[in-house]
Amino acid sequence: MKRMTVKVLVAVLALALGAFALMGCGKDSDVIKIGFNLELTGDIPKVGEASKFAAEMLKEDINSKGGLEVAGKKYKLEFVYQDNEAKADSAVNAALKLITQDNVVAIVGPNSSKQAIPAGGICNDNQTPMVSPWSTNPDTTKDRPWVFRAAFLDPFQGPVAANFAAKQFSAKTAAVLFDIANDYSKGLAEIFKAEWEKKSGAGTVVAFESHGTKDQDFSAQLTKIVAAKPDFIFVPDNYNQVALIIKQAHDLGYKGPFMGSDAWGSAELMTLCGKDCIGQFFSTHYAAAGAQGATKEFIDRYNTKYKYVPDDVAALTWDATRLVLQAIQEAGKVDKDIKAERKIVRDALANIKEFAGITGTMKFHGTGDPDKCAVVVQISPEGKFEFKESVCPQ
Amino acid sequence: MEFFQHFLNALQFGSFYALIALGYTLVYGVLRLINFAHGDIFMVGAYIAYFVAVLLLGGEGMSGLGLTPAMTLAITVPVTMILTSLVGVTLERTMYRPLRRKGADRLYVVITALMAGLMLENGNLALLGASRKSFPELMHKVVWTFGGVSVTNLKVVVIVAAIVVFVLLEFIVSKTKIGMAMRGISYDKFAIPLMGIPLDTIIVFTFILGSSMAGLAGILYAMSYPILEPYMGALIGWKAFIAAVVGGIGDIRGAIVGGFLLGFIEIGVVAVFPSTLRDLFAFSVLLGILWLKPTGLFGVAQTTKI
Repeated sequence: MKRMTVKVLVAVLALALGAFALMGCGKDSDVIKIGFNLELTGDIPKVGEASKFAAEMLKEDINSKGGLEVAGKKYKLEFVYQDNEAKADSAVNAALKLITQDNVVAIVGPNSSKQAIPAGGICNDNQTPMVSPWSTNPDTTKDRPWVFRAAFLDPFQGPVAANFAAKQFSAKTAAVLFDIANDYSKGLAEIFKAEWEKKSGAGTVVAFESHGTKDQDFSAQLTKIVAAKPDFIFVPDNYNQVALIIKQAHDLGYKGPFMGSDAWGSAELMTLCGKDCIGQFFSTHYAAAGAQGATKEFIDRYNTKYKYVPDDVAALTWDATRLVLQAIQEAGKVDKDIKAERKIVRDALANIKEFAGITGTMKFHGTGDPDKCAVVVQISPEGKFEFKESVCPQ
Repeated sequence: MEFFQHFLNALQFGSFYALIALGYTLVYGVLRLINFAHGDIFMVGAYIAYFVAVLLLGGEGMSGLGLTPAMTLAITVPVTMILTSLVGVTLERTMYRPLRRKGADRLYVVITALMAGLMLENGNLALLGASRKSFPELMHKVVWTFGGVSVTNLKVVVIVAAIVVFVLLEFIVSKTKIGMAMRGISYDKFAIPLMGIPLDTIIVFTFILGSSMAGLAGILYAMSYPILEPYMGALIGWKAFIAAVVGGIGDIRGAIVGGFLLGFIEIGVVAVFPSTLRDLFAFSVLLGILWLKPTGLFGVAQTTKI
């Protein structure tokens, strides 16, 4: 019996060592490795999937032409995807793994601020450039010279939502329901509240309620909100919770409108929410219905390849990855030493002043945050996100 | 008016806690085993209900048999309960029984249950992927409004189901022969086989009862909150376990009272205080109850479980 145990232990150890030994192999100097820290499982899997699909499409584009050309030499791209399970701690682990084990030049993602804020800290400390496609919370890039993003910020999005709702619904009072455990949701809810009360006077946010990330029952919060009789409800929440919140609000007899934020804009929203979501509005990064030019081309190609209209995360990942690739090209050389290469890429990223993305033109002013326009869309009876209004920073 | 609305909400959510807590309490009462996989059996129940419903109803890329929603519901409920109890029995046969045969300490069986739960979650993730399933509408939703209080027909069904299940289980355990055998095992596991009572059969029966209740809770939950994901059972499972403990684990009345109590406390805290404080306050209250009565409301220390 005892000898058996020893044998099993030895076998397990040998396997583990073998796995470590294999990891060291396969280095190639003509390859540029970019890491992706994505929400492939967990609460928002569709977000991670859209990101990965967009990145794969871009990689195939470039590799089919022989690779990315830097200073006359072509480098094949290799994308490494790590799953952060839509959790803050896993995002940190995924970032560390990409930096120390996979030796990537730069990291794209995480998308959601809940993961992007802690992962951004890790990338900054380890001097690896990171570009978050979708994160809108200011803390992601704040005081972090190595962290960039392709999305607008919540201090911009909050007022966009508030102004649009005030005009569209002729609203005087608002209610807010948000996810207390999600940096994005909490930050945006607070910004919205401050902006609304500045516009309409103190006490005009008649209910300000929160819930936890894993909650599925919102009846208590919604009962309070409905009893406060707001003109509309602002829900800066992830799409999976939005579907439940709107259904339950209707069950409780609420008939008024909802206003949402960019986290609504997943391709999966309508399959989960169905007819309850029709007619609601939300602010987002781009409107797929009625897009033109390069944006339309991207949407059509994505749609043929993956059989659904890409959501904003897909488009933003496309932009974020292209931003990294452009920086690598503009740097003009590829250093063999990974640490030196990361520094070169960061400096090149910081030097980009203007970037024409498919989600609109981004202008950088010496920080990692772009100035770009937001759009407000309405959900049509066919479940499409239809362009309603575009708001640009002054 | 707002009060009555909160009252109804609490009844509905408490019903789910109660239904799941019943499963914990049954297994604990008979085996003294905290079946931590129970929350995930509930999740599996919801997924089974989803597949049965889609198979019968069609949609989601499957042609299905094209039955009406009402027919589908009538078939889905028993089929799901049977299939879910099979899952529970499989866990018992493959994981708990071998350990019991080897005379393992109860602690190891509890750890095995935790692992079984994680296996169900991650197995589901591996098998079906991370994307969520949207549960089809099996019951035409009707919203009744009485002077500011809104209630859906589904809410009423959930509450009634919890009470019916409670009465049924109470009857089985206290009035039938097999119930007497269950109570007997909880007194003395070693003396019972000497009386000619088949220990394993009774234990399997207990798992069938507990898991089919989890299956029923799964269907009702999926109908009320029609978004399914692999981790949906974890949090509600823990909370239901706490409800069972507060009610006095091992006692059926305790599970029902504990479940409703937790529902009322959670909703009550949100109704009165800012909603951010919900879990903090709710569990402080429960802690207070345990502090005053460590065996739970209906629990009696180590003697007449179940």
